[in-house]
Amino acid sequence: MSGGIQPASAGQAAGTTAMVKIIEARNLVRSFGETPALRGASLRVSPGEIVAVMGPSGSGKSTLLHCLAGILVPDEGEVWFGGQRLDTLSDDRRSTLRRDRFGFVFQSGQLVPELTAEENVALPLLLSGTRRGPAMTAARKWFPVLGLDGLEGRRSGELSGGQAQRVALARGLVADPEILFADEPTGSLDSMSGEMVMNLLTAAAREHGTTVILVTHDARVAAYADREVIVRDGKVSTLTGSEP
Amino acid sequence: MSVPLTLLGLLERGPSHGYDLKRDYDMFFGRGKPVRYSQVYATLSRLARDGKAVAGPVEQGAGPERRRYLITDDGVEDVERWLTEPAPPEPDLQSELFAKVVLALLLDRPADQYLDIQRAAHLERMRALTELKRSGGTLDLLLADHSIYRLEADLRWMDHTAARLDMLKQEVGR
Repeated sequence: MSGGIQPASAGQAAGTTAMVKIIEARNLVRSFGETPALRGASLRVSPGEIVAVMGPSGSGKSTLLHCLAGILVPDEGEVWFGGQRLDTLSDDRRSTLRRDRFGFVFQSGQLVPELTAEENVALPLLLSGTRRGPAMTAARKWFPVLGLDGLEGRRSGELSGGQAQRVALARGLVADPEILFADEPTGSLDSMSGEMVMNLLTAAAREHGTTVILVTHDARVAAYADREVIVRDGKVSTLTGSEP
Repeated sequence: MSVPLTLLGLLERGPSHGYDLKRDYDMFFGRGKPVRYSQVYATLSRLARDGKAVAGPVEQGAGPERRRYLITDDGVEDVERWLTEPAPPEPDLQSELFAKVVLALLLDRPADQYLDIQRAAHLERMRALTELKRSGGTLDLLLADHSIYRLEADLRWMDHTAARLDMLKQEVGR
């Protein structure tokens, strides 16, 4: 599987900066109206690590992911990314950060239906200002890697669920993000397609040294990660592996 | 798993020496738990005694004496019957997990902590099996999947139990 994955760029290999945290949440508190979602959640993740965030429905795991990714701002607490305080940045700067340094994969691929598969993959590059030619070339490279050869010109309605999710995965990785945030990336797939997506996601991430923060309620999906944490009542417990 | 019936099933493919049966058993079924030579030969002797197999003549060679075993019609019937019978769907209704949770509740010990420790152990095993799937062959994948789905069932039970601990505590405390 890993034979077709593109090589990691220099200095990105996992483990080279094992003691450094790439991202950290400190005592996050976040409520939606009167309903608290996070009540002092803390998490530290090292570069190149694949961490599964588990927990029952409504435990706050997706809220934690959204705060870490700068999609939501916590009511209290701090989010640090690469030595920079993320939660106090302006909306615009957080948006730029997300676009340039983070990748995202959600439960259903959320592909743009009007665009072809390769245009969908190229989208983060186009939005960052890369010219169309190089963006499309970079996007096309991911199709053989993810077993999508020949599907470059299809629109999302012409793809199976598993194919669409692999296109979404390519879109999440095409800009070579430092962190890939994945929220239930196999949630809408059958077990075989889900397994394929997880194999590809983890192989690509390890090859590139990409840090992955993966929200899932599925233990079989979490088993692909280096370690799991569980969110319970808005707080994080470490279950397995020692936190680096 | 029934070692005699599994060996008998392997024998149905054609006459075999005990050595070959052990090799095939270990390759297909013995992962992490190979069968001993002594168990193979003792089983073959019992199968021959019970009319499920017959021992061929001793074959002279450079090494130790060897003989092939052949399955009988009776043996074939046993294999056929075994393959149509369902295995017990729930052999361990009163599992150790269940016992530990109930006991922890009875003794007013932290059942939730026990469940977390158990959950961590299950997830660790699941991670090892997932790695086996990634690096192993098709048979490894099949075997690992079987264990992973069983572990997943346990984990789901743990999640449900953890969510009901308060209610369960009241129940056992009556």
